[in-house]
Amino acid sequence: MLGRTAMRGVPFRGLARQSLNRTSTRSASSSAGSESANSPFNLTLTASVATAAALGSAAYLFGQEAFASTPAEEGLHATAYPWEHAKWTKTFDHQALRRGFQVYREVCASCHSLTRVPWRSFVGVTHTVDEMKAFAEENEYDTEPNDQGEIEKRPGKLSDYMPSPYKNEEAARAANGGALPPDLSLIVKGRHGGCDYIFSLLTGYPDEPPAGASVQEGMNFNPYFPGTAIAMGRVLFDGVVEYEDGTPATTSQMAKDVVEFLNWSAEPEMDDRKKMGVKALTLLTGLFAVSVWVKRYKWSPIKTRKVVYSPPVSPRR
Amino acid sequence: MAGTIASAIYQGLIRRNAVYLTSIFAGAFAFELAFDTGSNKVWDTINRGRQWKDIKHQYLVKEEEDDE
Repeated sequence: MLGRTAMRGVPFRGLARQSLNRTSTRSASSSAGSESANSPFNLTLTASVATAAALGSAAYLFGQEAFASTPAEEGLHATAYPWEHAKWTKTFDHQALRRGFQVYREVCASCHSLTRVPWRSFVGVTHTVDEMKAFAEENEYDTEPNDQGEIEKRPGKLSDYMPSPYKNEEAARAANGGALPPDLSLIVKGRHGGCDYIFSLLTGYPDEPPAGASVQEGMNFNPYFPGTAIAMGRVLFDGVVEYEDGTPATTSQMAKDVVEFLNWSAEPEMDDRKKMGVKALTLLTGLFAVSVWVKRYKWSPIKTRKVVYSPPVSPRR
Repeated sequence: MAGTIASAIYQGLIRRNAVYLTSIFAGAFAFELAFDTGSNKVWDTINRGRQWKDIKHQYLVKEEEDDE
């Protein structure tokens, strides 16, 4: 180790001497008269061109994303919609959640499960206790084994989770031509594009597949679905649902309501989370202002002092 | 003036540690109460008509009529 550093010391010293020599010669040559080559403008220009070339080639080599899929396999990118509930200070529109739950119950629930959501979570969010108890009691659940070890059926309670339309995954596939309708509890979190994607998918079915598109038997064309062939057909038509609050049940209205509802089922904590966030930001802003003031207070003597150097007066001789 | 206020604060709150500590705890309690109440009010104003408490009267009244 010691020997190596000693060895390395020699060429370094030589190099330093060389570069020292070179700078001295260069200053001599520049003073001799090649002013234009070393003018500040030309130096800046050269440096700029070199930087641009380096950045450009790096971007060309490393900046491009590799897409292995064709646009059809990727699916059409969903339009970005101005969701009101996506704003930082806005809660869900609970009237819309209630309508969305109605759409889910009357349309989606025939194929799609919502197994992560218990009946109780709607209470105080979209429905009253009694409404939700009535909904829960419409379904039958297994009891605990009784004395004979037999499992009987009982009406649902608020603490039960929402039932699936199919007994198991295989039954779901068998009933849908091999395609499994995904569980919708976390679907907004689970799909790229979230709300925008689901809204586009629900409203994006064309009347006829475009010319040249091949659609297999039992499949439907939807440009937003990756691969464009989706097993689910269009389900939302104007007036499929009759809203209790009198809102016109157009396709886009139902799609918007059910998307907001699915966003709630994926993020039921969103309202409280945003409220806590606003409170935290408010308090932290105040604390930050205090800390800035304290810093300036503590630093003021240092910032305002003046250092004066008065050289010692040498005695005259 | 400032001196009298400062000395009043010092004499009244800071001089005795028990009083000082008590005032800090009471102040924290009062501040949280006031801050929460105020920010909840602002929040409810921003989100007027969107929350469950804004729409639940429609559904509660109907049930009471059913019961009667």
